[in-house]
Amino acid sequence: MISNKNVYQKSILARWISGIIGNQKAFIGSCIILFFGVSAIFIPPFIQSPTDFLSTPLLPPSFEYFFGTNGQGQDVFAQTICGARQTLFVGFSAGILVVIIGALIGGIAGYYGGRIDDILSLLINVFLVMPGLPLMVILASWLPPSPGTLLGVLVLTGWAWNARVIRSQMMTFKNRDFVSAAIVSGESNIRIIIIEIMPRMLSLLASSFIGASIYSIGAQVGLEFLGLGDVSTVTWGTNLYWASNNLALLTESWWTFVPTGFCIALISFALTLINFGIDEVSNPRLISEKLWRNKVPENLITHGITPVSNSNE
Amino acid sequence: MNSSVLYIARRFGFYLIAAFAALTLNFIIPRLMPGDPASIIFARFKGKLKPEAIDAMRESFGLTNDPIFFQYISYLKSILKGDLGTSIAYFPAPVSEIIGGGLVWTIFLAGTSMIIAFLIGTTLGIIIAWNRTGKLDTILPPTLAFFGAFPYFWLAMVFLYLFGFSLNWFPIGRAYGNEISPGYNLPFFISTLYHAFLPALTLVFVSLGGWMLSMRNTMISTLGSDYITFAHAKGISSRSIMLRYAARNAILPNLTGFGMALGFMLSGALLTEMIFSYPGQGFLLLQAVQTQDYPLMQGIFMTITLAVLGANWLVDIAILFFDPRTRK
Repeated sequence: MISNKNVYQKSILARWISGIIGNQKAFIGSCIILFFGVSAIFIPPFIQSPTDFLSTPLLPPSFEYFFGTNGQGQDVFAQTICGARQTLFVGFSAGILVVIIGALIGGIAGYYGGRIDDILSLLINVFLVMPGLPLMVILASWLPPSPGTLLGVLVLTGWAWNARVIRSQMMTFKNRDFVSAAIVSGESNIRIIIIEIMPRMLSLLASSFIGASIYSIGAQVGLEFLGLGDVSTVTWGTNLYWASNNLALLTESWWTFVPTGFCIALISFALTLINFGIDEVSNPRLISEKLWRNKVPENLITHGITPVSNSNE
Repeated sequence: MNSSVLYIARRFGFYLIAAFAALTLNFIIPRLMPGDPASIIFARFKGKLKPEAIDAMRESFGLTNDPIFFQYISYLKSILKGDLGTSIAYFPAPVSEIIGGGLVWTIFLAGTSMIIAFLIGTTLGIIIAWNRTGKLDTILPPTLAFFGAFPYFWLAMVFLYLFGFSLNWFPIGRAYGNEISPGYNLPFFISTLYHAFLPALTLVFVSLGGWMLSMRNTMISTLGSDYITFAHAKGISSRSIMLRYAARNAILPNLTGFGMALGFMLSGALLTEMIFSYPGQGFLLLQAVQTQDYPLMQGIFMTITLAVLGANWLVDIAILFFDPRTRK
């Protein structure tokens, strides 16, 4: 029994890894994320401290300082590398928390239905319709500036979207036979939600996590850019805050804000690529389309007809 | 028709609840913080604040010695009267007066760029879903996804740097020229468009991809429906199938998404305004954050939330006309 279970788990993990490697988009995206993760963890000890005053402020990029120096004479290259640490850590942590809260609230709303669903849906929709940034600004400005504050604010304003998506997915699962069978066999509701249903939503949860991480990184950088983070730490957001505070545009020192922005965009883009990849691997419509494209010669494809074929072929 | 009225009323009820929730959050947040909000502010300003400003602030937060429930009632009453308190940075100007001027510009900027992005994105989505073997479908989605990955305000910085500071093609701040007096005249109109062009361009650029992708995806699944195959079989022209059969139905989720995206767009517009020194709510918000002007911040939160809720309601009404299923 135990060995059986092991084989099953391995095959899920193996399927995911081979799925990611086999899919071009997901593979490129994962490589970019891995690159940033590894460089953020291992490079900082070998380069100059990002907070030291090293040289004349606002030096353009050179061999000595790859990305030049900023308005305080600090090395922009070191700041870009080290800034990834907190930004990515807070971003991905918020992503995980958002998915957990979204799965909990959305799952309960979708599974139980009725009065509970009415109340939770109302809560979800109210949070969805409220504009995020002004709410984040108010919360962050009252709380002391720290990574914990950022995390809390991001989770509080970001959970609703995932809860909504997971709720509707849960509603389609609720009426499946395996859930009815589990109910009849006397399993508790919480166990059914967590053990029976959630593993079957794995691809949705994974793409929710990625979407939430993209949102968290972007919103976090925005908040710090406004000066609502701890401006004495080195993160991508505070890099941009200092660039704008030291009048990067007026002094035409583009190198103080361009590298950081590119890194943020690369991370978000890589995450989007992984999401495309997950979609391609798990969406039956896209799978059948791929099969169909391989079968039908190019010149026979007419405009605008979507093929419907059995994806198990 | 009766059910349509009911639907509109039900949606209105929902937005009323949402507005009430926002009001309550606005009331609770300062009180949840450790310590007395006015003392926190007083400590942060380190004695730079006049005593009468502190008193005004206590009053604008409704921080009397009454029980919290009575504070809440008097807070609601003053909000209903349109009284959002007194600004700290612009003391003694009332917050509602400061906000009043900026709201028009924000709605103008966010609204126009959103409609433009929606129209272009949806059209592109229709086209690339239709020509799915074409080059456009392999190039456009990843390219736009890449641009969509940039933070709004960072792209705004780059655009301002390139086209404003380096090339001098566009103005680097304000909503209209210094020498032009606002009014219903052509120079003012042209100057307004000229100043709004670059901020609007960034907003359109970043949000285009989302509209295009969601339109493409629904269009693809709509094109898989039997009635499309049937229309092909009947010999209806391709153009008619693409626009009147497929796109007409596929656009509905995008329309519903329009209301949702409003909040995101406004948030983006706020940040973009800060970069371009565009005199809207975002610029005010930045000043409020920098001067720690809490009443102004909270007033901005309230007005923007109410604007988004109102706009969402209008979108709901619009959907009523486009989607017959909501009318049955």
